Parts: sequence; C-alpha cells; structure tokens
Amino acid sequence: MSAKVEYVLRFGDNSLILGQRLAEWLGHAPVLEEDIASANISLDLIGQARLWLTLAGRIEGKGRDEDRLAYHREQQDFRNFTLLELPNGDYAYTVVRRFLFDAWHCLALDALSGSHDTDIAAIAAKSRKEAEYHRLHSGDWLVRLGDGTGESHARTQAALELQWRYTAEFFDSDAVDAEMAESGAGFAAASLRDEWLEEVTTVLAEATLKVPAAAKFVSHGKRGRHSEHLSRLLAEMQVLQRTHPGAKW
Amino acid sequence: MYTQSMDTDPETRNPVAKVSAVGRPEEQRFQATVDAEGKIEPRDWMPEAYRKTLLRQISQHAHSEIIGMFPEGNWISRAPSLKRKAILIAKVQDEAGHGLYLYSAAETLGQSRDEMMAALHSGRAKYSSIFNYPTLTWADVGMIGWLVDGAAIMNQIPLCRCSYGPYARAMIRVCKEESFHQRQGFDIMLSLSKGTADQKAMAQESLDRWWWPVLAMFGPPDADSVHSGQSAQWKIKRVSNDELRQKFIDATVPQAELLGLRIPDEKLKWNTQTGHYDFGPIDWDDFWRVVNGEGPCNKERLAARVKAYEEGQWVRDAAMAYAVKRKARQHKEAA
Repeated sequence: MSAKVEYVLRFGDNSLILGQRLAEWLGHAPVLEEDIASANISLDLIGQARLWLTLAGRIEGKGRDEDRLAYHREQQDFRNFTLLELPNGDYAYTVVRRFLFDAWHCLALDALSGSHDTDIAAIAAKSRKEAEYHRLHSGDWLVRLGDGTGESHARTQAALELQWRYTAEFFDSDAVDAEMAESGAGFAAASLRDEWLEEVTTVLAEATLKVPAAAKFVSHGKRGRHSEHLSRLLAEMQVLQRTHPGAKW
Repeated sequence: MYTQSMDTDPETRNPVAKVSAVGRPEEQRFQATVDAEGKIEPRDWMPEAYRKTLLRQISQHAHSEIIGMFPEGNWISRAPSLKRKAILIAKVQDEAGHGLYLYSAAETLGQSRDEMMAALHSGRAKYSSIFNYPTLTWADVGMIGWLVDGAAIMNQIPLCRCSYGPYARAMIRVCKEESFHQRQGFDIMLSLSKGTADQKAMAQESLDRWWWPVLAMFGPPDADSVHSGQSAQWKIKRVSNDELRQKFIDATVPQAELLGLRIPDEKLKWNTQTGHYDFGPIDWDDFWRVVNGEGPCNKERLAARVKAYEEGQWVRDAAMAYAVKRKARQHKEAA
C-alpha cells in the first residue's frame, strides 16, 4: 500500500471510528440538546470518512469503494488513532476525548489544507470548517464540566488522566508521515505538538484542570496496532455486510 | 414520527366539559376564532380543558419522538453502508429535534420540560405504543420509515391546521421532515425487495410483524374514541381515527405490491362499491395490552430513558453550576 493511501486512510478511519462511537450517545445523552449535537457531529465525521475513504480507494486503484474499505477490512488494517476506538465511558470521558482530538484535528486539517495534493487539500478544507464547530462544542463542555461541580471536576480530571497517554500518538512520526511531509502532500506529525499543547493547556487551565504528566506509553493505532476494543466495534459495525456477502443495501 | 395515542390514556378518557354556546364572552370569542379557522396563541384566553387536552397531546407527541429514537438508534451502529448510516443518524437527529420543539410548544401551555419529563419517567405520561415493539432486523428500520412514519404523516398533516398556533407551526416543520423519513424508509424496502432471497425474506418477515401494530397506531375505532367529538369542535383533531386508518391502507397496499410484499391479512380486498380496501379485524386486546405496559419493550424503553436522564444528572448540574459561576464573575467584572 502506498504511503498516500495509508495516510488518507488514517484521516478516514479517525473520522469513521470517532463518528461511530459518538453515534452511540443518540437517545442516551444527558440532555436533549446533546443528543442533537452528538448526532450532528457524528454525521459530520461519517461524511468526512466517506470522502477520505473514497479518495483512498481511488488512489489505490483496486476498485475498493468507501463501503468496501469500511466494512471489509480487518482490525489490523484500520489506521485510526487508538484513542478514538476506546469505549465512550461517561460524558466527561466522551468530552475529553473529543476535545483532545478536535484540537489536533483543526491543526492537522489546517496543515493539510495547504497540501500539494489538490484532492487532499479540498477534503481537508471542507472538513476544517466542521472541525472548528466540533472544537468549540467540546471545548465549551470541557470548561463547563471542569469548572462545574466537585463531581464533574473529578470525573473530568479522571477522564483526562486516562486518555492523556493516548495523545502521544498524534505526534509520533513514522515512515508514512515522513514521506508525505517530504512530498508536500502531508505534514510532519511532530510539528503540531507545541501548538496543540499550548492550546489544550490554555483550555484546561480555564477548566481548572491539571495537565497530566507525560507518559512513556505510545499507542500505535495509526500503524494498525490497536487496543482490544476495535475488533468488537468492527464486529458490530460490519455485521450485515459480512453476513450477506455481495448484497446491496 | 408520531402516532395517534391521544385517546388511549385511561386516566384521561373521561369526556371533558363541552364549551357552552352561551358561555362567557371570552368563551364565545375563543370558539368564534376557532370556528373562523383563526389560531389560538399562548397569551389568548382558552378553556382549561382545551389547554389540558393540548398539553397532553403535544407532550405525548414529544415523548414519542424521544422514545422513538431507541428502536431506530438500535441499528445506527450496524447500518449496512456508510450512506445508510449517515441517513439514519440524520433521521434520528430529526426525531430529537422534533422532540425539542414539541416540548417548546407544550411549554407555552404552562408546563416545563422537566415536569413533562418527570411525567414520562414515572410512567404517568404515555407515548406512542408502536415504539414498544422491537427492531430485530435492518428491514425494521425500513419498516419504521415506510409504515410508521407513513402513518404518522397521515395523522399529522391535518394537525398542521390545528387551532393552536404553536402546535400547528411545529407540525408544518415536522411534516416536511417526516415525508423525507417516509421516503428513506421506502427506499430501504426497495433495496431489500430488489436484493437477495435473504433480503426479500427479511423484508416480508418484518412486514408480517409490523402491519397490525401500525394499523392500531391510528387509535381505537371512532365509536370507542371518547375525546374525538370535543377535539373536533376545538379543531385540534380534524380527521377521525377510522378515516385516517382507511386512507393509510388505501395508500399503502399498492406500495406493498410494488415491493412484492404480501400484506398479512387474508381479508384484505378491494371493494369496488366503497372505493376502499376492506380489511380484517384489528386485535385491540393486543393494542390495549401494549398501551397499558405489557408490550415487548415497554419496560426496556422507559428504563433506557430513565437511565439516560439519571446518568446525565451530574452533567446538567455541572452546566447549571458553571452558568451561575460565570454570571457571578461577569457581574463582578462589571461592578
């Protein structure tokens, strides 16, 4: 698989897997307005995933469309960050995950909007507008929960401690990143770290939350080495396509 | 999606007082506005029974939208293509939106969303019984769109002309979205009907389960429907249960034929004299059983709603606490 296909899959799978997780909140959110917001954001993410996966299939040139890629790959062939596949947990966990990713996503899409690859640049520019709203939404909730009640603060800090260690992966460069950055189609993964940290630290301070200590652990979902949770998520997501091979829906 | 369950609440099935033709001047003004197809607005005088009837109906409608998110939400994670997934998420989002503006419409009648929710969670308030049936296959998602939303549209189009302004206006928007929902449901059925033998069997099995509960959605026969006379006079309810049911059957049979599906009713037959389909007897015992809490999913649906609400309490508390803090800080800065 070419570096470009791998790289595009990473963006598609990030959006797909987070969109899938977020949709689990529908009907179960803490307040009706958040059912609507979760649906809306999930819908944006699934829409982005469709664009990225379609592009990946086209570059690959083996006739795989968005559904072939979403429903007929094994867990080790998915390229999303590990953070995004973890179960939802409570609302604080969901909000923290969203914010950590959304802040990165905005920066990443900014960088990609200047990609030498016009297809990549176009999808990034479109997704960037949506990501801005996602970040505003998760950032607002992070502040509310962090600076809300004693209970909400404790839950949010705990969620942050649990998830912080998965963010190292955002900035962990590999050969795919290097090749894409080199060609001008992508960006160097590590280059976003300082800006991300500064922005996240500012919002965490407003939320009266502490930035957790850096961990030695680095997850490698984007290279296809996932947690135990992804295969279960995929088993559910892919069930109809796998049970009825060749059927059209 | 919504169904007509306004006549099915045992606690409120007592006939309400008739508006007297020789009532007080404000009563006469009220009825004259209604008779002239005018709209009653929140600040206008209205009979207490009118307010209560509407409050019950609109809040039941809102609850139905909210509970209705569960049976379809059940299949979002397993939607068989990304396009179907996106459409289903958008549809369930619409239902949440309908719930939101119907609660808002009901609030204009003097009850808060929290009070309405409390009534739902305690089991005092009803919601449409159709959502107490399970969604067992992907075809059920199509069936809810095609038949349940189709039935809801039949019921809701006349409500766009309801005498209460906020409800009528909400229904105009709801109906536009429901008609999209109905089309997407039919589109799912169309794909299944053109599909593999397994997909066709899935579609038929689903219709066999849903057909009769959907017919019951229109509510009890007119002869047993206590509220209908008064609601018609107030122009809240404008077409009778039986008329709507017949209209639905007449419209749906040709669609089923197009899909190659067999409607599970031996007595279903076109009647050239009436110009309508004749159909077999509805099992009202089953209907009342489900309305009164003994359907397949009544307990699950309500438990899921209560769980979401209770587990969300700390989040809502946090949001309120933060809002208070923020206001205090702004106040301090301004001082």
